Amino acid sequence: MYSEKVMEHFRNPHNMGEIPDADGVGTVGNPVCGDLMTIYIKVKDDKLEDVKFKTFGCGAAIATSSMITDLAKGKTLDEAMKISRGDVAENLGGLPPVKMHCSNLAADGLHAAIQDYLKKKGASK
Amino acid sequence: MDHTAGKPVDARVLEAMMPFFDRQYGNPSSLHSWGNAVRKAMEEARTKVIFLIGAKRSEEVFFTSGGTESNNIAIKGVAYRNKDRGNHIVTTAIEHMSVINPCKALMKEGFTATFVPVDKYGTVDNNALENAITDKTVLVSVMYANGEIGTIQPIKEIGEIAHRKGALFHVDAVAACGQVPIDVEKEGVDLMSISSNDMYGPRGAGALYVKTGTRIQPIIQGGGQERGLRSGTENIPALVGFGKAAEIVSVEMQAEAERLIRVRDRLIKGLLDAVPSSFLNGHPTQRLPNNASVRFSFIEGESLILSLDMLGIACSSGSACTSKTLEPSHVLLAIGLKHEEAHGSLLFTLGKQNNEEDVDYVVKALPDIVKRLRSISPLTPKELRS
Repeated sequence: MYSEKVMEHFRNPHNMGEIPDADGVGTVGNPVCGDLMTIYIKVKDDKLEDVKFKTFGCGAAIATSSMITDLAKGKTLDEAMKISRGDVAENLGGLPPVKMHCSNLAADGLHAAIQDYLKKKGASK
Repeated sequence: MDHTAGKPVDARVLEAMMPFFDRQYGNPSSLHSWGNAVRKAMEEARTKVIFLIGAKRSEEVFFTSGGTESNNIAIKGVAYRNKDRGNHIVTTAIEHMSVINPCKALMKEGFTATFVPVDKYGTVDNNALENAITDKTVLVSVMYANGEIGTIQPIKEIGEIAHRKGALFHVDAVAACGQVPIDVEKEGVDLMSISSNDMYGPRGAGALYVKTGTRIQPIIQGGGQERGLRSGTENIPALVGFGKAAEIVSVEMQAEAERLIRVRDRLIKGLLDAVPSSFLNGHPTQRLPNNASVRFSFIEGESLILSLDMLGIACSSGSACTSKTLEPSHVLLAIGLKHEEAHGSLLFTLGKQNNEEDVDYVVKALPDIVKRLRSISPLTPKELRS
């Protein structure tokens, strides 16, 4: 059902964990639906210095979380905001159609974390 | 350990079926000797099914294509035929979809249905059931045992309630038949659905028991096979296999059930002891011998299944992510679990091939899998993080 790439990220997810002093945190999804994802970011000079995740969910939810951290790390905030759900799925060699909507939340999680960072930054100015 | 999803055909069953594919291919409706020989084999199969369920008359067992069809004929056939007496059906919140969906279809045609709740073990609330029956109720339909959580219902008591209130009583015994002894006469059953594959027979065969005198009409019309209740040329190899499977379980069921209960309880105890925040779904003792349904907090079932599959362990989950509808199991929700609890459920259904060694392998493998997924999950409380 899943691509080998998805299974690889499910077996050995990249950048799993929390960033205790994160500059931005984004949580998307809902445990009621079976998928909940938190993305943590560390920002330096307008770039994503570090990105980590924690996820409750199916294989696709865990793999997309892992993939988004790979795609986002080192990118500028503007570049990271442009990463889409489609980019995540494509880099994983595709996702089963039913998972495209419910479990492919990682891009939303990243965007929420960046918005959280920008909000905090705006508030501290 | 996913025998509810499918069981292998017993080698003795397969052997009994073989001649009926290419040598004895006659049509039982034909008058010539080829037809007669096949008709005789079909009636022998029927006799074996009758013996298994404690029925007395061969006219009371109708062959079908399986459990889903038997349930459809029972629900719709009784509802349509008894329209002059009432338009209400009483069933439960944990029935199989092949009972729930025919009821819902009838509700669009002017019938009404009540889905009686169950308690936290999945046992039907008899008071609620009795109160739900009105003078318009024509049918009460309750499953013998639930395949997802294993809970066995007090069928005899429910039958007495239904009859006292003047309703017919249908039992979906697909999950139970072949695992627990059933006697339709002693237990006061008017209609009962059973399936062949659930007792190591081939798929595509099942039966509906209909007590003599029960008012029912067909939902498939045609050439009048199965005394008009289920038209269509009989699937002879499958029915012969079904008969053989029924004969085998009649003899072997008791010893196998005792063995499975030992293996099942070893699995349940092993998992609950080894994994913190793990719980049994369903009734602790009134449960099917092959069923171990266990849930693990803070993680999701599909991830568990994928991880177990990598180690060569096959099982099912109540999680939305493993279903076609993206909804968690209605059975797990009906026993009062929250959505996120239902998502973390695993269902092991044991079979003839499973033994203590298999169970010990699972008990050894699962704690590390749970630990890893909990370390990834944001819902895991601090004290369970490794």
